[in-house]
Amino acid sequence: MKQKAGWPAIVFLAPALIVYTAFSAWPLLATLRLGLYATDDAGHVAFAGLANFHKLLFDEHWWGAFRNAMVNNVEFFAIHTLVQNPVALLLAALLSLRGVRGAPAYRTVLFLPTLLSVVIIGFAWQLILSPLWGVTEKLMGLVGLADHFGPWLGQEDTALPTIALISVWQFVGVPLMLIYAALIAIPEEVVEAAQVEGAGPWRIFWRIRLPLILPTLGLVNILTFVGNFNAFDLVYAVKGALAGPNFASDLLGTLFYRTFFGYQSEVGSATMGAALATLMFFVILAGVGLYFFVIQRRLQRVAG
Amino acid sequence: MTTPARIGAIGRTALVHLTLGGYCLLVLGPILLVILNSFKTRAGIFDAPLALPTHDTLSVAGYARVLGDAAMGRMFLNSFVVTGLSLALILLLGAMAAWALTEYRFFGNRLLALFLAFGIMVPIRLGSVAILQEMVALDLVNTLTALVLVYIAQGLPLAVMILSEFVAQVPQELKDAARCDGVGEFRIFFQVVLPLIRPAVATVAVFTMVPIWNDLWFPLILAPSEQTQTVTLGVQQFVGQFATDWNAVLAALSLAVLPILVLYAVFSRQLIRGITAGAVK
Repeated sequence: MKQKAGWPAIVFLAPALIVYTAFSAWPLLATLRLGLYATDDAGHVAFAGLANFHKLLFDEHWWGAFRNAMVNNVEFFAIHTLVQNPVALLLAALLSLRGVRGAPAYRTVLFLPTLLSVVIIGFAWQLILSPLWGVTEKLMGLVGLADHFGPWLGQEDTALPTIALISVWQFVGVPLMLIYAALIAIPEEVVEAAQVEGAGPWRIFWRIRLPLILPTLGLVNILTFVGNFNAFDLVYAVKGALAGPNFASDLLGTLFYRTFFGYQSEVGSATMGAALATLMFFVILAGVGLYFFVIQRRLQRVAG
Repeated sequence: MTTPARIGAIGRTALVHLTLGGYCLLVLGPILLVILNSFKTRAGIFDAPLALPTHDTLSVAGYARVLGDAAMGRMFLNSFVVTGLSLALILLLGAMAAWALTEYRFFGNRLLALFLAFGIMVPIRLGSVAILQEMVALDLVNTLTALVLVYIAQGLPLAVMILSEFVAQVPQELKDAARCDGVGEFRIFFQVVLPLIRPAVATVAVFTMVPIWNDLWFPLILAPSEQTQTVTLGVQQFVGQFATDWNAVLAALSLAVLPILVLYAVFSRQLIRGITAGAVK
C-alpha cells in the first residue's frame, strides 16, 4: 500500500525535479524553441518560423554540410552495428561457456577501454597509427602485410571507418557486458533439457540462447544508436572541430559544435545551432520510437 | 585417454582461449605501448617502439615536463571535485526521488516518473545552446558549479530508475514497524531505507561516475578557463599544444590513464558484478 503523500513527499522529490527540470528538460525545450528564431547581422534575435530549417535543408551550403554529416553518421552507426555487436556477441558467448578458466580475468581486461576517456583513446590510437612513428607498419611487417599500411586517419576514404573502428575498440565492453549478463541469466534447466534431447553446443546457441537474448540485442542497438548520433568527443580529439580531411569524418555532433561556436572565418550562431540540435533531437526520437514501438515488441514476442 | 572426443574438447578449449586471449592482447597492446614508451627517450621511442626501456633509452623527461606544468595538479583536483560532488548529489537526490515516487501516492506520480525517464534516452547535449545561455544568465560560466549542476541533471534519470527498483524491494513490515513506533518519514528514509539500498547505490555510482570523469563536451563549452579545466579537457589541450613533443604527450596520456587503471585494479570485481547485476534486473 502506498502512503498518502504529505509534505515529506514534496521535500524528497523537489530537489531532484528542480535540478533536472532547470538543467535538462527546460534547456531542451528552450533549444527547440530557439531553433524557430533567427539572428540577423546586427545580432538581433527575432522569430523566424521554420526559416532555419528551410536553410538547413534547402540552402546548398547548409544542406551539403548537413547531408555529409548525416551520411557519415549513418556509416558510423552501420560500422558499429556490423562490427561491435557481432564481436561483443562472440566474446560474450565464449565467456559464458561453462568451465572457461580465467573468465573473470578476461572480463576485466575486455571492459577496461570503456572506462578510459575517449580523448585519451583517440590520442593513443592517433600515435599508434601515425606513419611518423611507424609502430603499426612495423607490426604489420611481422605478418608480411607492411605494404598494406597507409595513413588511414589522414585519407578521405579511410578516416571515418578508422575512427569508427577505434570507437568500436573502446566501447565493445558495454554490449559485451549486457549480452553476457543476459546469457548467464538463462535458466540452466532450459539448456540442460536441450542437451538431454541431444542438441550440440552450436545448435543450443543458435536455437535457444540467441533467441532468448534478442531483446538485449535490441537494447544494445538502440543504446549504440543514441550514442552514435550525438558522438563528438572522439572525432574532436582525433581530427579537431573541422573533422578532416575535407570533412570526411564530420558527424552531426561536430557539425553542431561548429555551427554553434563557429570556426575559422565562420561566425557561430546560437539559433542555427539550436535548429541543428532540433533536427538531431528528431532523428534520435525517431530511432528510439521505432525501437520501442516496433522492434522491441517483435523481439519480445520471439523471445517469449 | 586420447579418444577423438577428448582431442576435440581440447581443441575447442584452445580455440576459446585463443580467441579471448587474442582479443585481450588487442585491448591491452595499445595501452601498454603508450605507457611503455612514455618512459623512453625520444630516440628510444622512434628507434624501437616495441622494446622495453633499456639503460640507454630510459627517460622520464616527458613526466618532468608535464608535472613541471603546475596546471596538471589543478586539473586533477578539478576533476575530483566535479566528479565527487556530482556523484554524491546524484545518489542522494536520486535516492530521495526514487523513494518519493515508489512510496507515496499522489496525483501525477506516474507522469513524473515518465518525465524523468525521458532523460535516459534523450542526450542532455542537445540542450547545450540553452544550457550555455542559462549559465551566462546565472553568471556561472567558467565555474565548477555549472558542471556539477549539469552532471546532476544528466545522471539523475538513470539513478532514479535503478534506485526505484531497489527501494520497492524494501520490506513493508520494516516501514510499518518504524511508522508504528512513531518514527518520522525522514528518519525512515535516512536510517532504514538508505542503508538497505547501499548495494544499488554502488551500481549507480559506477554508471554515473565514468561518463562524468571522461566528459569533454561540457568542460569545453561551460568551463574552458585555465582555472576550471578538468583532466580530460586539459589533456586534450595539452596534447594539442605539444603535439610534436612525443615524450610529453605520451607522459600526459599515461598520467591520465593511471588513476583509472589503479582504481579499476582495486574495484573491478565489484564493478563488473554491479554491471551484470544491474543489467539482469
